[in-house]
Amino acid sequence: MWSYEKRLQFPVNIKEPNAKIAQVIMSQYGGPDGELGASMRYISQRYSMPYNEVAAILTDIGTEELAHLEMVSTIVHQLTRDLSMEEIEESGFANYYVDHTVGIWPMAAGGIPFNSCEFQSKGDAITDLFEDMAAEQKARTTYDNILRLVHDSDVCDPIRFLRAREIVHFQRFGEALRIVQDKLDSKNFYAFNPEFDRCKS
Amino acid sequence: MTPQNKSDRSRLFHDIGVIDFVIVEMNEYLDTHPTDKEAIEYLSHYVRMKNQAMREYAAKYGPLRISDADNCNEGEWKWATQPWPWEGGC
Repeated sequence: MWSYEKRLQFPVNIKEPNAKIAQVIMSQYGGPDGELGASMRYISQRYSMPYNEVAAILTDIGTEELAHLEMVSTIVHQLTRDLSMEEIEESGFANYYVDHTVGIWPMAAGGIPFNSCEFQSKGDAITDLFEDMAAEQKARTTYDNILRLVHDSDVCDPIRFLRAREIVHFQRFGEALRIVQDKLDSKNFYAFNPEFDRCKS
Repeated sequence: MTPQNKSDRSRLFHDIGVIDFVIVEMNEYLDTHPTDKEAIEYLSHYVRMKNQAMREYAAKYGPLRISDADNCNEGEWKWATQPWPWEGGC
């Protein structure tokens, strides 16, 4: 069950449209390390996670990622509203425009549609938490790359906020991994999979 | 809307964002530190602050969440008629 608050987690008020930058930032909506994949990854991994604290962090970070994909969608929307046909043609936005006009649709900057293969739900606590820690770092790198390409402070400020959250989430998933390992056999963390081998836990 | 109103509204809206950020951060911290009593107290303080600010905002300008929609009886469903977050708005 979820409920919605009618506000962004961090304000986005972009005054200048820029379709070139929109095509790059779109990747953090529907790209390989984007916020849509992040949210679905954590929310999907919860169900077979046997430790309550870890299910809690997956739920709460998965929920915060929904607020992040709303921010990224808002950035893309505000960068593409009020575009002239000339700007669309000159900025290389025509390929997106022909299929989606200026609607929001999840894809990578390179044009690859969003696909659930971009995240994993492996049903193994150690495997999934390493995936989650790597995912946060990959998203942080993508935001670093975006910040090298973007110079409009209206766009950079919310991107910097999102980048900082990746670092905090990496920390929280690291703590979650420690919680899991504390509950496993310290001589062999891989002796059994706590999400599957019930009898050993 | 008068400038006076607008600035009060933006200030309250901004405060809600700041207060809620503390809640999100403490919520995630507590998930992996569930016995930190000081952090629990800190979070509770901000939850109370947020509820108060959300109620005040709903009464003055319309609800930001449906659970406050009983606090704005002006004969208009402002949830639907007021701008959405991606439009900039407040």
